[in-house]
Formats: sequence, C-alpha cells, structure tokens
Amino acid sequence: METTAAVGLFSLAPLMIGIPLATAFLLLLLGRVSDAWGHWLATLAPIVSFTIGLLLFLQMLGEPRAVEVKVYEWLATGSWSVDIGLLIDQLSILFVLLITGVGSLIHIYSIGYMAHDERRRRFFAYLNLFIAAMLTLVLANNYLVLFIGWEGVGLASFLLISFWAHKDSAAAAGNKAFIVNRVGDLGLASAMFTMFALIGSVNFADVNAAAPQMGGWATLIGFLLLLAACGKSAQVPLQSWLLDAMEGPTPVSALIHAATMVTAGVYLVIRSNAIYAQSPEATMAVAVIGTITLLAGAWIGSSKDDIKKVLAGSTMSQIGYMMLAAGLGPIGAAFAIFHLITHGFFKANMFLGAGSVMHGMNDDVNMRHFGALAGPMRITFLTFAMGYLAIIGFPFTAGFYSKDHIIEAAFHQNTVLGVLALIGAGITGFYMTRLMMMTFAGRKRWQPGVHPHESPLVMTIPLIILAVLSLVAGLFMNGWIQEWLAVPTGHEVHNTGLLHITPIGWLTMAVVAVGVAIGWYMFKDDIAETEPQTRNVFALVGRNDLYGDAFNEHAIIRPTKGLAAGLAWFDRTTLDGIPEGAAVVAGGLGNYLRKGQNGYSRSYGLILVAGVILLAAVVALGQLG
Amino acid sequence: MTTGSLLVLSAILFTVGVAGFLLRRNAIIAFMSIELMLNASNLAFVAFARQHGNLEGQMAAFFVMVVAAAEVVVGLAIIVSVYRARRSASVDDVSLMKF
Repeated sequence: METTAAVGLFSLAPLMIGIPLATAFLLLLLGRVSDAWGHWLATLAPIVSFTIGLLLFLQMLGEPRAVEVKVYEWLATGSWSVDIGLLIDQLSILFVLLITGVGSLIHIYSIGYMAHDERRRRFFAYLNLFIAAMLTLVLANNYLVLFIGWEGVGLASFLLISFWAHKDSAAAAGNKAFIVNRVGDLGLASAMFTMFALIGSVNFADVNAAAPQMGGWATLIGFLLLLAACGKSAQVPLQSWLLDAMEGPTPVSALIHAATMVTAGVYLVIRSNAIYAQSPEATMAVAVIGTITLLAGAWIGSSKDDIKKVLAGSTMSQIGYMMLAAGLGPIGAAFAIFHLITHGFFKANMFLGAGSVMHGMNDDVNMRHFGALAGPMRITFLTFAMGYLAIIGFPFTAGFYSKDHIIEAAFHQNTVLGVLALIGAGITGFYMTRLMMMTFAGRKRWQPGVHPHESPLVMTIPLIILAVLSLVAGLFMNGWIQEWLAVPTGHEVHNTGLLHITPIGWLTMAVVAVGVAIGWYMFKDDIAETEPQTRNVFALVGRNDLYGDAFNEHAIIRPTKGLAAGLAWFDRTTLDGIPEGAAVVAGGLGNYLRKGQNGYSRSYGLILVAGVILLAAVVALGQLG
Repeated sequence: MTTGSLLVLSAILFTVGVAGFLLRRNAIIAFMSIELMLNASNLAFVAFARQHGNLEGQMAAFFVMVVAAAEVVVGLAIIVSVYRARRSASVDDVSLMKF
C-alpha cells in the first residue's frame, strides 16, 4: 500500500482523537462545576471530530490515497521501534465517519435520555472517552497503538455498562464484560508478541509486506487475532458478555454494543487481511465462527422477552454475518464493511428506538408489557419500522444490499455456509417481526400507572436521521463501496447493480418472507403478560442464552476456582510452612533456653564456671593431642 | 619460694572464692568471694612478674585492684539499697530479672 506523508488537512487528523479525549478529561477533572454545560461541550466534541473526518473524506474522495501521520516515536529499544502513528486510508476513514457520525447523534439523543440522571456529566465524559479510544483503534497505523484504543474502548465499555453501579446486576455485568474481554486481549497481545518475534515490527505496512513469508506462523497469528476479535465482537465462544451488557443505559447499548465497539473485531480481521490471505485454515475458522454466531444470536433473539436483549441477540447475529463475510476472503471484506456500516445505522436506530420506548414506559424492557405502542409513539414506531425493514433486508433498504451480498458470497464459497446464512436471514425476519408485533401492535398490556408518551425532539431527531440512513444508505453505497475499499481489502470489483437481483437474492427474499409470516402468524393474537411455561427445548435453551453462562461456569470458572483453591492450599501449607516452621523451631528453642535466665546470680555463676571448665578442658585436650 | 608454689596458692584461693560464691547466699560473703578470686589472680600476676623480672604483671595487678575497688563501691551501694528495700541481703531474694 502506497502511503504519503501528512500535509495540509491531514495534519489535523490527531485532533479527531485529541478533542474528545481532552473533553473527557476536562469534564472528569472539573467535576460539578461543569454539570450545567458539560453535556453540550461533550456533544460538540464528536461533532467537531466528525467535521474533520468529513473534510478528510471529501479530500480523499477526489484523490484516493492512504496517509500516514506520525505523531511521535513512542518506544525505541534495540532494533525495535514503535511510533504513535495514524493511518488514514479508505477503510479507516469510513470507520471514522461511522463512529463520529453515529456517535454525535447518540450524544444528542443522550441529552434527552439522561436529562434526569444526576451523573449526566460523568456519562458524557465516558462517552467522549469512548469516542477517543475507538478513533485511536481505527486510526492506528500499527497493532500496538490499535491495542491502546482496544483497551480504551474496553475501559469505556466497562465504565458505561456499570454506569448504574448501584444495581448489583449492572456492576456484575460490567465486570463480566471486562473479564471476558481480557481473554480476547490475550489473543491480540500474543499475536503482537509473535509479530515482534518474527519481523520485529507491528506496523500494518510491515506486517502486510512480511505476511507472504510467514508460512505456518500466519495461521497462528490468524487464530490469535480471531480470538481477539471473538472477545471484542461477542462471537462464540466469548459471546456471553454482550447480553448482560444491556444493563448499561440504552444510548450506550446503541453506540458501543451495537454500532461501533463490537464491530472492532471485524475491523481487526479485515485490517489483517494480508495474514488471513496466507492461511486458509484461519480464514475458514473466521467464517465458521461467524456462521455459528449468526445462528446463535438469532436463536437467542427469538426467545427473549426483554426488548434490549432481543436487539443484543440480533447484534450478535449481524456481527456474525460480518465475520462470515470477513472469513470469505477478499471477496467478502468489502461486504463485511458495507454491512457493518449499514448495521451501524439501523441497529443504532432500533436501539435508540427501544430507548425511546423505555423512556415512555417507565424504563420497562419486558415486551410482554408493551403492545399497541404504534399510536402513542408515532415517530418512534415509524423510525423503528424503517430499521426493521433494513435489518430483515426488505428490498432497496440498506440491509437488503449489504446482507444479500454476504449470503451470495457465502454461497459462492461454500454451500453449507451459504445455506446456514440463508436460514439465519429467515430467523432474523422471524424475531424482528416478533419484536415489532409484541411492541407496537396488538392489545395494550401496559402495567398500571404507565402512560406511554412520545419522547422529546432531542431524542426523536437522531432517530429520524438514522431511520433515513437505514433506508437509503444501501442505495448510495452499494456500487461505490467495493471500489472504494478495493485497495485496503485487496480485491477486484464485482458488479452488484441496484436492480440486479440474482436467484439467491430471490431465494433470500422468499426465506425472509417466510420468517416474517411465521412471526406475524404466531404473535398476531393475544400475548400472555408473563412468560409462558414451556417444554420447547428451543425456547428453553434460547431463554438461557444457549447455556453460555452455565458452560463458562462449569468449564472455566469452577476449574479455575478449584485450581486457585489448590494453589492457595499449597501456599498456605507448603510455602508458608517453610518460614513458619523455621519460626516455630527458633521460638521453641528460645523458649527452652530462656529457662536458664532464672534470675539467680549463683546459677549464672555456675554456668560461667562450667563454661570455663569446658573451655579449659578443650584447650587441655588440644594441648595433649 | 618458687613460682609453682605461688601458683598453687593462687589456685587454692581462687577455688575457695568460686566455692564461696556458688555456695553462700549472703551478698556480702559473695562479694568477699569475688574479692578472693580477684586477689588470687593478682597473686598469679605478681608471681609471673617476679619470675620474668619485669613490671607488666605488677601493673596488671594494680589495674585489677582499681577495678575491684570501683566494683566494690558500686556493688556495696546496690547491696545497701537492696537491703533497705527488702530487708534481706540474700542474693536469691533478688531474682526478679528473669524470663
């Protein structure tokens, strides 16, 4: 990849990270002084970053290129040197626009959503911290700086999930997300160690250049990076934290756990495409993990009554599609990013819509207590419906283009993966229809004292913008994105016309239509206000998150606790035994010997005389010998 | 008188001192026994000094006497104050300094 030095506008790039970061620290350090205006300042920060990103994007649109901005040399030890550097290319600028664009809308939305929270300033500071970290992640020009952003978003995610830490469940969910993510971080750190050992550099450019000579090491690095991606993107087997992460305030779920942070794993895999190109095994593993997760997420989404958990399951599922696409090799990479961006729009839209519903329903999340909300919450309903159309892939909406391309590419590569992805699309149609029916249609099942009302404009305007994007983003990006990403993903452009629908495209539409029809048929009638008892294995397994927590409990937590208890026992008995035993011996001896200190001077005299006689005897014997 | 017989006398005096110190309880007697041991060693010093014909042993004897005098001053003061406090001059009664 040809890169050029930063000139002109591009030298402003570090400011995109710097401004939200500085705002975050300012708000945290100033404290209550900034309570009154902190949220306005914090909302301005991502908007400024977005403006810079947009200017850079427009400049790159005229003249596509990749620009490296070296900020400073960070580490230099021996032959290794790591710079803090930014890489602005076609891939990262798209992410910048997504993060700052959707991020700005969610900041605006949060002004309304968090209006009554007394810790609102802190919330906005954390949001800005997240924006800065996420931008660091996508703008880094090497894995180590990416890792800083990676950990930074992990921290922000932890702080925001457990934002309402007075609830035990929120505190536990924050811990869980943080700990599960550490497993993924182990993968990323090990991958970096391997790169340092192999080529002495973690720059994307150096790694990409050296990838063809790596041989079997590429497979190892590929699997380690996949582990990292699984942790951050909630892919099986590290998926369990995402559902609990819904304990956070809803804007957080929309921004971090749907639109941006959880897609970092997909970004990592695509950014490392040169490594995956060398290792069919690792690439296949990515596709398989993606396929498993897209089905697992859809399964969970179909069986939950908590509106946010349905959306979380759906997020898992859609990220599964992206991983699947990323695992299809160069052909899928552009589609993965395409779906990532459209998903960012429609999922943020639906999460914010769910937040708007909760706002009107006294923070209830149980869909069995909703029903008939289309009337009182008209804007929320209409915008949510646009997100719904986009996610199921209704023709000409955003999801229609991005998801169908993935399914089609999957069929090209491997029929099994293709069929499974197709089934996943059908289930998506089912559970999203279920959500719509339970929330907006049917009979009023509102709890006593709940008076649904539409949210204020500051919340609905972001919804409207995102809804429009959910509808039209596909039309605008469909032909263009492949060409745009041809260089960073290293593949040739395929013709995917706007009206060019292949047999698989028709098939997908038919499967989705079946899913929607089943969803409509099953939930058009009355819905019980409590979760019905069931012996249906599918429902039971789904309600328990596919027993992910139980598996972790038995396979990992208990053995680890057992090992820890064993080591503690060993430490207590054996390791502590050595110094403690020595102390006991010395103490006992001292206890015995101090009996000689009996206070009788004559007894001391006797001991003295005996000692002198002993010495004299020794000397005398020595003389004799 | 030969050095040998002087040393025998010195040894006898020292042994008597040791025996007195170990066997008697009275603090004054114990003190006398210590003086006896010190003077036994003084006798040995001067006996060797006489044999070698120099003054070093005699000087050592003077030092011992000085130390012994100082010791008696301190020791008798302790014995007197102990006697005042406890109405007893027995060394076995002063046995509080122990484990």
